[in-house]
Amino acid sequence: MEGNEPEMKNPRAKGGDEDVEMPRQTPKERVKNFSEVALGYDEEMAIREAKRCLQCKNPQCRKGCPVDVPIPEFIDCILKGKYDEGIAVIKTKNSLPAVCGRVCPQENQCQMRCVKGKKGDPVNIGRLERFLADWEREHGGKIPEKAPPTGRKVAVIGAGPAGLTAASDLVRLGHEVTLFEALHVGGGVLSYGIPEFRLPKKIVQNEIGYVQKLGVDLRLGNLIGRIHTIPELLEQGYDAIFIGSGAGLPQWTGCPGENLGGIYSANEFLIRVNLMKAYNFPEQDTPIRIGKHVVVIGGGNVAMDCARISMRLGAKVCLNYRRSRNELPARREEIENAEEEGLMCNFLNAPVEFFGDDKGWVRSMKCANMELTEPDATGRQACKVIPDSEFDMDTDTVIVAIGQTPNPIIQRTTEGLVTDPRRGIIIVDPEGRTNLKGVFAGGDVATGAATVISAMGAGKRAAKAMHEYLMDEGPRGDSSSNGN
Amino acid sequence: MMYRIVAKKPLAHKETLFEVEAPEIAAKARPGQFLIVIPKEGGERVPLTICDYDARKGTVSFAFHEVGKSTKEMGTFEEGECLSNVTGPLGNPSEIKNFGRVLCVGGSIMIAPLLLQAKALKDAGNHVTTVLGCRSKEFLFMEDEAKARSDVVYVASDDGTVGEKGIAFLNELLRKERFDHCVVMGPVVMMKTVSEITKPFEIPTIVTLTPIMIDGMGMCGVCRVTVGGKMLFGCVDGPEFDGHQTNFDELIKRQRTMLPEERLSSILYGADGGCKCGRQ
Ligand SMILES: Cc1cc2nc3c(=O)[nH]c(=O)nc-3n(C[C@H](O)[C@H](O)[C@H](O)COP(=O)(O)OP(=O)(O)OC[C@H]3O[C@@H](n4cnc5c(N)ncnc54)[C@H](O)[C@@H]3O)c2cc1C
Ligand SMILES: Cc1cc2nc3c(=O)[nH]c(=O)nc-3n(C[C@H](O)[C@H](O)[C@H](O)COP(=O)(O)OP(=O)(O)OC[C@H]3O[C@@H](n4cnc5c(N)ncnc54)[C@H](O)[C@@H]3O)c2cc1C
Ligand code: FES
Repeated sequence: MEGNEPEMKNPRAKGGDEDVEMPRQTPKERVKNFSEVALGYDEEMAIREAKRCLQCKNPQCRKGCPVDVPIPEFIDCILKGKYDEGIAVIKTKNSLPAVCGRVCPQENQCQMRCVKGKKGDPVNIGRLERFLADWEREHGGKIPEKAPPTGRKVAVIGAGPAGLTAASDLVRLGHEVTLFEALHVGGGVLSYGIPEFRLPKKIVQNEIGYVQKLGVDLRLGNLIGRIHTIPELLEQGYDAIFIGSGAGLPQWTGCPGENLGGIYSANEFLIRVNLMKAYNFPEQDTPIRIGKHVVVIGGGNVAMDCARISMRLGAKVCLNYRRSRNELPARREEIENAEEEGLMCNFLNAPVEFFGDDKGWVRSMKCANMELTEPDATGRQACKVIPDSEFDMDTDTVIVAIGQTPNPIIQRTTEGLVTDPRRGIIIVDPEGRTNLKGVFAGGDVATGAATVISAMGAGKRAAKAMHEYLMDEGPRGDSSSNGN
Repeated sequence: MMYRIVAKKPLAHKETLFEVEAPEIAAKARPGQFLIVIPKEGGERVPLTICDYDARKGTVSFAFHEVGKSTKEMGTFEEGECLSNVTGPLGNPSEIKNFGRVLCVGGSIMIAPLLLQAKALKDAGNHVTTVLGCRSKEFLFMEDEAKARSDVVYVASDDGTVGEKGIAFLNELLRKERFDHCVVMGPVVMMKTVSEITKPFEIPTIVTLTPIMIDGMGMCGVCRVTVGGKMLFGCVDGPEFDGHQTNFDELIKRQRTMLPEERLSSILYGADGGCKCGRQ
């Protein structure tokens, strides 16, 4: 990459017109700060990019969007300079556009299907979505109309993308919605997981503020399962419940020495830095201790975020991934961003043991080399340890980013709720119904760790099914009719 | 939500009890559970054990020892002021039933929550013997409450200025008297010592582990402890564990992982360079 930060290019051949680059901080500059890396389109850039859209009669892009945003319509609004209409079009389907415009993997969704992408660069739909959402935030948004009150009460658990979406859809349909969030800040992974430089927290707060303005009663610091259980909420008069409690339980390697100081789960590291703002320690009270040689174990987006944060905290970072580069599950863009910032990758190895000093702080680790096996019938290659291939690595900080499963507190305290014992997820039908009457679930808690937009899609589908359920049920307190 | 401090009671030097308005928590709290308190907006999440609750008044109480920046800052709060956030109740409640003869051992600030449990155990029909451990005479508090909530009370201090000198007298007590159950809450070293004393007598011993915590709800794993050779989370699997199965040495090391940062924070906050008392 050259010095002056060219936009990442689609490696495929160009078909004439090129997409409009989005200004970004240079790697040299950004690795020293926590400010947003991608700076967004200005009006002129947005219009130039919007002009590239062919306004297809049968838009393929829309089919790639998990929440079915009318993409050509909002792009057309940008062309006509009707930004307020554009944002309204998006918000008919997506209540968190400023978030999705930044963190959705558009390259696998809408943009992958864009016809322009067949010969050259697809239209940058995500950037245009972000442009409209940012425009609205600067110009003050409108609060949409709500349906008249239905007299039905709903509890939504978890203020992540799934819960925020379900809550805002349900409140707009006229139901009284209480949103219970265990942490002292809403947003779920958007607040505690995804770092400031990819998703500024003021944007997340703004989106939560919007949901509150719609009339949702947000109660922070309420851990459901402890302060109220699901059966208790039903007894208290909530007619239906949506569980959107995410996948927040860290996974471990299980190797000896994992409880040494300096070994963080990705979640601990992210919560300290993003939620508690430890990068501002000691101005902020929660500390983070980072050494000089950080090893991040894993290869997904979570691992990339941990690596990029560590570099911003001044460390040299090495990513240890058990498969090869081709199998890295992280978004291409994030891998390239991280490598530009100085990430070194160490493929095909897995940890075996961690060693510490007399104070109990990690000092080195033993790893084993791995190899990929022959692809099975589905084309998937497993990986296995190469015997006698062990080697040592010096390190003073290890971040374990090998996945998360759902937090079990609700599952443990809700008798009869059917879950998958192996993955810990709550079992639901496509509309989000659990086996318990009036209890719905969606997002990472029902799928395992996935994406923001899939969690939102689940929240939307469940809100629709809950609305039907609530309206079919007789007046409050009448439970004679059968629900699900 | 306003978490107003309705009463502030000094217990001993740098040890204070707050009674805070939190009706929903008060309705649900049980002995053995804890709270996460954020004193000021932007502050740390500080885990503190519930030492009383009153569902009718809608209040919960906790007692804290000023050890570092967050607890010192909390010490400056006055009655009528509000805490930024109080989350709870967290963790599993203690097992309260009629065990028979119970030994309750409390050390320093954890005496306050221990007495809540002692009362519940006595109400459940147990014969309760309570031991109050402190560093020296001026750190002893709640002796009257202890007497009211137990059948027998012993006091022990590190320097012998009050009661027995050190905790070793327990050896003798256990030789003389039979106990069916033991509960220990206090500094980790003390819980370790008491567990070692009760082990040969085969008295089931429950300790309240206080690893570093952040969320307190099973998300981060900083609170992981080794009990019976297994990795468990202090916040959701505990905070109470079998003292005979606990790896205390690992816990002590893990509690110290952020020491330099905590010292810096404390020094920047207090001109006195930080209070060294109560370091475990
Ligand atoms: C570091 C990181 C980076 C990521 N990057 C991307 C990305 O770039 N693009 C993308 O699309 N996806 C990304 N993801 C995945 C995405 O963030 C998640 O799939 C999505 O947030 C799931 O939404 P959710 O609403 O199901 O759960 P969450 O966002 O996890 O929210 C769940 C909420 O429920 C609360 N809660 C849990 N239990 C309880 C309870 N008992 N009572 C009350 N509240 C409770 C939690 O505190 C939390 O606030 C990333 C994830 C991580 C961790
Ligand atoms: C379940 C549980 C219950 C507790 N109950 C009580 C109680 O009832 N009364 C009381 O006075 N103290 C209690 N503690 C300990 C209390 O949380 C710490 O003293 C407090 O967090 C110190 O914060 P600080 O900023 O003032 O001190 P710091 O200078 O930050 O730390 C001083 C020492 O406190 C410990 N500590 C620091 N941060 C944390 C943290 N986030 N979580 C746990 N320990 C930490 C460390 O061992 C550290 O060395 C409890 C801890 C746990 C985990
Ligand atoms: S405090 Fe984070 S998991 Fe226990």
